[in-house]
Amino acid sequence: MITFRMNGLEVKAEEGWTLLDTAKFYGLEIPTLCFHEGLTPHGGCRLCVVEIGEGLRSKLVSSCTYPAEEGLVVRTDSARVWASRRMMIELMLAMAPGSKVLQDMASQFNVTQVRFAIRNTECVLCGLCTRICAEQMDASAIGFQQRGLKRKISTPFDARSETCRLCGACMYICPACQLRCQGPNAETAICNGCLTMEPTCLEHYDDLQCWMYDAGRCGTCVQEKKS
Amino acid sequence: MKQYRAHLLVCAGTGCVSCGSFKIKEALEQEILKRNLQDEVQVVATGCNGFCERGPIVMVQPDGIFYQLLKVEDVPHLVEEHLLKGRPVKKLMYVTPAEKQPVPKMKDIEFFKHQRLIVLRNRGRIDPEKIEEYIAFDGYEAMAKALTGMTPQEIIDEILFSGLRGRGGAGFPTGKKWAACAKEKATPKYLICNGDEGDPGAFMDRSVLEADPHAVLEGMVIGAKAIGASKGFIYIRHEYPLALKRMEIAIAQAQENGLLGQDILGSGFDFDLEIVQGAGAFVSGEESALIASVEGRIAMPRQRPPYPAQKGLWGKPTVINNVETWATVPNIIRRGADWFQGLGTETSKGTKIFALVGKIANTGLVEVPMGITLREIVYGIGGGIPDKRDFKAVQIGGPSGGCLPAKLLDLPVDYESLTAAGAMMGSGGMIVMDDKTCMVDVAKYFLNFLQDESCGKCVSCREGTQRMYEIVKAITEGKGKESDLAMLEELAKITKDASMCGLGQTAGNPVLTTLRYFRHEYEAHILDKRCPAGVCKNLIRYVVLAEKCTGCQSCKKACPNDCIKGTLKDIHLIDQSKCIKCGACKEACKFEAIEEQREEAIQII
Repeated sequence: MITFRMNGLEVKAEEGWTLLDTAKFYGLEIPTLCFHEGLTPHGGCRLCVVEIGEGLRSKLVSSCTYPAEEGLVVRTDSARVWASRRMMIELMLAMAPGSKVLQDMASQFNVTQVRFAIRNTECVLCGLCTRICAEQMDASAIGFQQRGLKRKISTPFDARSETCRLCGACMYICPACQLRCQGPNAETAICNGCLTMEPTCLEHYDDLQCWMYDAGRCGTCVQEKKS
Repeated sequence: MKQYRAHLLVCAGTGCVSCGSFKIKEALEQEILKRNLQDEVQVVATGCNGFCERGPIVMVQPDGIFYQLLKVEDVPHLVEEHLLKGRPVKKLMYVTPAEKQPVPKMKDIEFFKHQRLIVLRNRGRIDPEKIEEYIAFDGYEAMAKALTGMTPQEIIDEILFSGLRGRGGAGFPTGKKWAACAKEKATPKYLICNGDEGDPGAFMDRSVLEADPHAVLEGMVIGAKAIGASKGFIYIRHEYPLALKRMEIAIAQAQENGLLGQDILGSGFDFDLEIVQGAGAFVSGEESALIASVEGRIAMPRQRPPYPAQKGLWGKPTVINNVETWATVPNIIRRGADWFQGLGTETSKGTKIFALVGKIANTGLVEVPMGITLREIVYGIGGGIPDKRDFKAVQIGGPSGGCLPAKLLDLPVDYESLTAAGAMMGSGGMIVMDDKTCMVDVAKYFLNFLQDESCGKCVSCREGTQRMYEIVKAITEGKGKESDLAMLEELAKITKDASMCGLGQTAGNPVLTTLRYFRHEYEAHILDKRCPAGVCKNLIRYVVLAEKCTGCQSCKKACPNDCIKGTLKDIHLIDQSKCIKCGACKEACKFEAIEEQREEAIQII
């Protein structure tokens, strides 16, 4: 067993567990997008980032790929983690404003504006489709092409694939096309229709885990302000 | 061995070759044959001499006379005067910029005087395609010492004690990396030499591979003994044909001489090397991406840990070091860790090679001890900024390094100081910029490079660099908003924070350092719609100064878009609606009668 600390709690992980596995086991929620239980972790969407280490040497790592280490100090909901997650949601929303998964996440994380030009590519390049195709369907009919700003997902040489069985697994797993959000405003790309709950407390407590997702929302961690 | 009274060392590094050094070599050989000197004088093609600005270069040994900027026409005169009459040719020598005095000897030239050659000790001295010449300069001595007289643990201890840190950029202690790999139980273990040098303006690894391939090879055999590896790979970019060719020759020669392969030097140790050609993606230089590339997969970094030292190539323990690191290793083993310890600063030991480029008088490759100040490099070795311009910034550490301003010129060059100042050591690119450089434009250039070279795995890096580029591009076009600066800063910080590999984690640096040291330039672009350096095309316009124009028509001829009107001896006029702002007219004008206007806000059409 590997023992380390997560949000101030002492946790025990089995050999081979990632930080995300451990968090799930203990019921600590970490948002994910490109992660799926049946597929190898990719670490591309950067939503599951958590802060490890302390002081100047602390850094963000994707919890879905980072292995549990003896003596690690992990914080899943620090201000730094939140700032990154919100930016990732904003960046991905600008690519695929029609994705309900992303719009829900925007509501959940209080992302109320997209400050970038909308691209409407309707793909966030999370790679779930390529992995389900290769790992579960044993087809590898689609994959990543190019790099950087030319990166896209397609069949080899963009030709009709011989190995594709039209099983539809790629569409089933896609966070952008499986569910569509009808609400996004064309200009801001934000729906926020699901944003109904107001946090009871606006402070973030770096070392505590809030049981209602948004740190401070549930009110249980509210402490008297140190002057 | 045949004895010669003089050796002509012709630089055959890529820089000089492109200036025609092979033609010079041919002409020299013919001339020598013509004068019947072939038994007295030998012509040798060496690796990169470093002073690329002055190519083609020929050194005459044993006198140590340095000839520069040679042309084929100069060759007969040179051979006659120097080799027959014994009178060095003054007009082909390096001339000091201030006193205009010719400097005959290479060691007296400012550019060479302050350098400390360890990794590049054989540059411009040996023929890299001949193993005998490398051996004659103590080559393979360190390997023999390591293979026959040292245990693996002793080698690792020696490297650990020397304080050698990885020269690829991050500066991880090499000894620690080796020790971590040596203690792994899994076999086989692998070694990789990282020669995927992709930074714009950098050619350190290329020059080492071209000038002294055996040093890299020797370092790798020593490393193999230390960690117990039996197979190594040298990853060189496909774009480096000369380096590839020389490395192939070096490996073949070492195998022939029993210095590579089965039972090296009769010590019972086996190790072999293979060259892998990279397709040239910048991100392949990241170690986990490089491993993927060697395995034949797309070069995409993965999460570390597990580090390559634990699970690397094909899941086996692997040590990856940069070309320069490998080439340093034999020197440490041969001369001892104590000697290496004595060079450099407290935390950064030894020397570092920099590719000194940009607006600098002496462009070239320099090897300097760690801890030297930027001023010594730029003004001492580099000879300052040409055309009496002012120094503005130096960009260190490759595309994701940072731009340091004039007030930091006295900063010592070591890993910690550079990181604290917002730049990084990187692999050693050093781009000097003068006051005609627009820092927003510089940030745009590097962001454009990064958005193209990001592998595209992490949203933060792929989208972050693209969005930063979009914002900075808008600023240079005069479409910037006041809120852009805060946005840029936020985006740059998060890109650094949330990305997985070294590329993303440093991708914010070009923006952050230019914002930190040159914020006023961003503000001038955004608030006044003015480019202080006169670079950003949308914010300047070219005008003819009536009082200086002589009507010579040279600007009219230079204009690619036919937008200059005016007859001979009449004052010319630029049609602003057609002008594409290429600046060709300004270049062509001998009377400085064309100026870029940037003082007042210019209406954006």
